[in-house]
Amino acid sequence: MNPNAITTNPSLRTFGWLVKREYWEHRNGFLRAPLIIAAVLIFIVLAAFITADVTAHRHGINISGLNISQLAEKMSPEAAEKFALGLDAGMLGMSAPIMVGLTFVMFFYLLGALYDDRRDRSVLFFKSLPISDVSTVLSKVAAAVLLAPAIAVVACIALQLAFLILTSIYALLHGTNVLPLLWRPTHLFAIWFKLVLMIPLNALWALPSVGWLLLCSSFVRSKPFLVAVLLPLLVGFVVGWINLMQSLALPSSWYWRYIFGRIEFSLWPGSWLFSSFANNAINVSNSGDNINIGMAKTDFLNALVSFDSMLGVLASPELWIGAVAGVAMIAAAIHFRRSRTEAYS
Amino acid sequence: MDANPSSADEPSSANELIVRARGLTKRYATTIALDHVDLDIPAGRIVGLIGPNGAGKTTALKAILGLAEFEGELSVLGRNPRTQRTDLMQQVCFIADVAVLPRWLRVGDAVDFVEGIHPRFSREKCEAFLARTKIKPTQRVRELSKGMVVQLHLALVMAIDAKLLVLDEPTLGLDILYRKEFYQSLLNDYFDENKTIIVTTHQVEEVEHILTDLIFIKDGKLVLNASMDQVGERYSEVMVGPDKFDAARALRPLSERQVFGKSIFLFDGVDQAQLAQLGELHKPSIADLFVATMKGTYA
Repeated sequence: MNPNAITTNPSLRTFGWLVKREYWEHRNGFLRAPLIIAAVLIFIVLAAFITADVTAHRHGINISGLNISQLAEKMSPEAAEKFALGLDAGMLGMSAPIMVGLTFVMFFYLLGALYDDRRDRSVLFFKSLPISDVSTVLSKVAAAVLLAPAIAVVACIALQLAFLILTSIYALLHGTNVLPLLWRPTHLFAIWFKLVLMIPLNALWALPSVGWLLLCSSFVRSKPFLVAVLLPLLVGFVVGWINLMQSLALPSSWYWRYIFGRIEFSLWPGSWLFSSFANNAINVSNSGDNINIGMAKTDFLNALVSFDSMLGVLASPELWIGAVAGVAMIAAAIHFRRSRTEAYS
Repeated sequence: MDANPSSADEPSSANELIVRARGLTKRYATTIALDHVDLDIPAGRIVGLIGPNGAGKTTALKAILGLAEFEGELSVLGRNPRTQRTDLMQQVCFIADVAVLPRWLRVGDAVDFVEGIHPRFSREKCEAFLARTKIKPTQRVRELSKGMVVQLHLALVMAIDAKLLVLDEPTLGLDILYRKEFYQSLLNDYFDENKTIIVTTHQVEEVEHILTDLIFIKDGKLVLNASMDQVGERYSEVMVGPDKFDAARALRPLSERQVFGKSIFLFDGVDQAQLAQLGELHKPSIADLFVATMKGTYA
């Protein structure tokens, strides 16, 4: 618990305390939000089970274990494989609400990170301590792209486990043993490994948004949201207007896709999977001759979140160009942090 | 900072300058907040930086603390406050204003945090100071009264063994009990000959007995920069009866005010024996001196 014990390097120790400071201030967004979302989802699952039972009881339907357990035993290897893939997709899909919550938490956290303490003047307290502006800003980057997503991933894993446990218990109560069907450790570990692997990849991809939001947060005197969101929107409209008038070499769609899209939406976990390189994976899955549209969708999700397409993003120039732009904006935010101590509320 | 240990941890000697400024200037778009200020503050002093609103006090402090850009030469503890700020903050503390502690912070976390960050912080001292207050470790800053927030901030700052403490209106908006206690703690439990304190305040009467040096600042210029002893020698107040008004005015007083049919004249640098012939001699209060010096500031 005590960062002093972990390291004796003073600047690393300071950094540890700075990240901890961010956690203290934003416990609600970083910890409570994912836990509450997970709790709500579990509640929905429980409610569904109970509703199913109550409805069945009312209509005199007797759910016996016969069907499902037989199904599991009689399933062909291909069918079992498809079921497993569907389950994998379900497990990943289950994390989506937590990831959506995480995105909003990160967005507003970054937007306020270098602004809120100027507004309430507490920046002067932190500036009265031997903390460099570089470590201050980097601690906020780390809190946003590593700490918050790490907590969210833990919440996702807890949610998946809770779902599997509840489903197993429910099935067992009805005399069905679904354990061999649901509990496939290799699949579970692969999903968890993907979730963890997504953290650094998301972080790299998110850098343009992180940099842009921190930059706005560091220099605006008031209303960071207006500058961070409405200003780029306005610029986009102006660019579109000029295009109409003069037909520049670059279409305004380029602006929306590569500037606006990257500075506003790169925080979305896994959004990079849709970037140009990952399109290959999508094409592959689309070219398959699946008749069942539902299965095609799960195939699509699994193909999208395959190790190939995940690691493939590392070869995409868009990732690295965006990362460089993001780092440059973070450097600019550090520069503004040095002298801006005031803001209006 | 390990590269040059000799400069970092030397004990301050009497003639070491804590702050040295030459031609310190700060311009804003339309005004000049500091106008070629020269300033030397030696170690072991308590300096009052007094001036009307907008005179440049806060700008000067911000420059000293490395919080703002400036023109001219400025060294604090031998360092450049702009480029060596992090290093400097090991030896410099400040209370910028009342209630700048973050409202979400827990008292216990605040102590842990400063202990983790600041190499010269003493947890024992801090806890001893806090034990004298009603502040509990589990409380958040937002649950504390304004006076208690200042007590907490002071406890955190006094537990840091720094060479320079800068206070910018530290007691603004506090009741008199907290204000008295604030300066008393500072003087009794913190200040010694190795420490230097720079304080700005509008409540001049409350600091005048603890100051060793007095600086008046007006329109970005230092209009007075003297030790309290020098101030006592230079300035005298005489209560003069109506019959001697003309004689008193002939000595070009700084100011004149009426009390109970007599006039009180304030003189700068006039021989005290000469003044004694005019009437009863007093040491002027800093507040009266300030009012006389700042005449016409807002006109």
